[in-house]
Amino acid sequence: MFSKANEKKLDEIITHYPVKRSAILPALYIAQEEHGYVTDDDVKYIAGRLDMRVNEVEEVVTFYTMYSRKPIGEYKLQVCRTLSCWLQGAEQITERIEHRLGCGVGETTPDGKFTLVEVECLGYCDLAPCLQVNFDYHEKVTPEGVDKLIANLKTK
Amino acid sequence: MTKVLTSRFHLNGRACDIDVYMEHGGYQALPKALKEFKPDQVIEEVKKSALRGRGGAGFPTGMKWGFVPKESKRPKYVVCNADESEPGTGKDRDLMRYDPHQMIEGMIIAAYALGARDNYIYIRGEYWYILEIMEKALAQAYKRGFLGENILGSGFDCNIYMHPGAGAYICGEETALLESLEGKRGHPRLKPPFPAVVGLYGGPTVVNNVETLAVVPWIILKGGDWYRQLGTEKSGGTKLFTVSGHVNRPGNYEVPMGYPLMSLINDECGGITGGRKFKACIPGGSSVPILTAEECEKVTLDYESVAAAGSMLGSGGVIVMDETTDIFETTRNITHFYKHESCGWCTPCREGTRWLYKVFDRMHRYEGRPGDVELLYDLADKILGKSFCALGDAAAMPVQSAIDKFREDFDRRIKHDLVQIQKAAD
Repeated sequence: MFSKANEKKLDEIITHYPVKRSAILPALYIAQEEHGYVTDDDVKYIAGRLDMRVNEVEEVVTFYTMYSRKPIGEYKLQVCRTLSCWLQGAEQITERIEHRLGCGVGETTPDGKFTLVEVECLGYCDLAPCLQVNFDYHEKVTPEGVDKLIANLKTK
Repeated sequence: MTKVLTSRFHLNGRACDIDVYMEHGGYQALPKALKEFKPDQVIEEVKKSALRGRGGAGFPTGMKWGFVPKESKRPKYVVCNADESEPGTGKDRDLMRYDPHQMIEGMIIAAYALGARDNYIYIRGEYWYILEIMEKALAQAYKRGFLGENILGSGFDCNIYMHPGAGAYICGEETALLESLEGKRGHPRLKPPFPAVVGLYGGPTVVNNVETLAVVPWIILKGGDWYRQLGTEKSGGTKLFTVSGHVNRPGNYEVPMGYPLMSLINDECGGITGGRKFKACIPGGSSVPILTAEECEKVTLDYESVAAAGSMLGSGGVIVMDETTDIFETTRNITHFYKHESCGWCTPCREGTRWLYKVFDRMHRYEGRPGDVELLYDLADKILGKSFCALGDAAAMPVQSAIDKFREDFDRRIKHDLVQIQKAAD
């Protein structure tokens, strides 16, 4: 149910472990990459592939914050809210994004392009404030930098 | 100052290429270990170095390795904890993205010492680009015969696989990490048995932090005694500190164990931003008790000195706060973190962190009730030492220490009468 290339990748990943279910986190990333989020079909499919029950897959998906069980925007803006970033003005960064996108934390813009979330420590404390757009890090972000970043993403 | 871990950082990431790494002294320790050391001798050398686990707990590394039984029916494993998520810490990030082979070489040596064939690097999912850097480095190491079967003709087989986490702080706790690696929710396991005896897939397992493993090639090359004398008697070697917050030059700095905290802040980091006064510092990641500026004066950066000051060296995440900082707000921020990251397994932590945050939140709105500060203290007391794993302690200690030392920042949040509210609003 994944693309041929991803099926092959998953087959290879499974060989890394003595038990198949160890491959669940990588498998969920593949599902999310292909469908934008983890769909009901993905859950069933991964359960079959890894010899797990559907509820076992479900309990794993819902534990880890980097997976979504609902559709989200094409660009997920994840602003770090934890202490080091907070000391360097993370709140202003979030406010600026809210203002620019016209959407609040936890929301997706009506065109489906952006989702804004606050996340906990991203490990860029010395490069604060930071945010992540999908998997891309942006360090020492300023409100002006946010304007540029969003303008760039809008034209993509 | 002697640079050990960061000696190749000036290459700006070029050491990611195996040839550059080897030009600068890389992959010399592994052949030496395989030829000149029996597995036991590697462990002895690491014991001599007084290296202590760099993830946060500071447990002596050689001793941890020594707990692994020699004979085991089940396969043994070395797992690298690269799930760096302790607030204030970004050191493993740089160790992996600037010098991935250093850590890989250390991990292969560790696997040799313990007799582990298949090994895993559990890296936080957010560090996806670093996972890719590591995968490239591993592929190069396989190609050169430093990984795979019969490494350098020694008869020792070793594989290392990358494994991504997915955004759970608790998976930095070693037994939760193993659960996660087995494809489950990241709930900590009951200890004992410790992972060294019953770990991954039931086999004896050593879980070591990135920085810990990155030190190992140096201990083999230059000797445990050499490494130890770089630091103090009980805290050997150097350590990487991430300094963040209100300093002029935040960043990762490698200093010898026993280095004065104030020198790190004033010399390496250029002092407090804007020439403001120094108010407080969290010396070892958000989980450890806060120190006042005055307390920091005497502290040197080794496990013993920081402990004597009433805090912990932890992961080495130094968060600096200037005089304008409201310690109530910083503690509220940290409490939100632990509330969010509590895995939900045990009641004191799950309920306690939520309750703590609830009280913080009403105080944040200047709606604190008389007695709320005492309530916070008491709630923290009900979590401390009563949770299933150390996450509960990590949530409770910052709250109690902040109240002990910066009580006035908390008292301001209590709604006594209208005058008080007016004052706060002004």
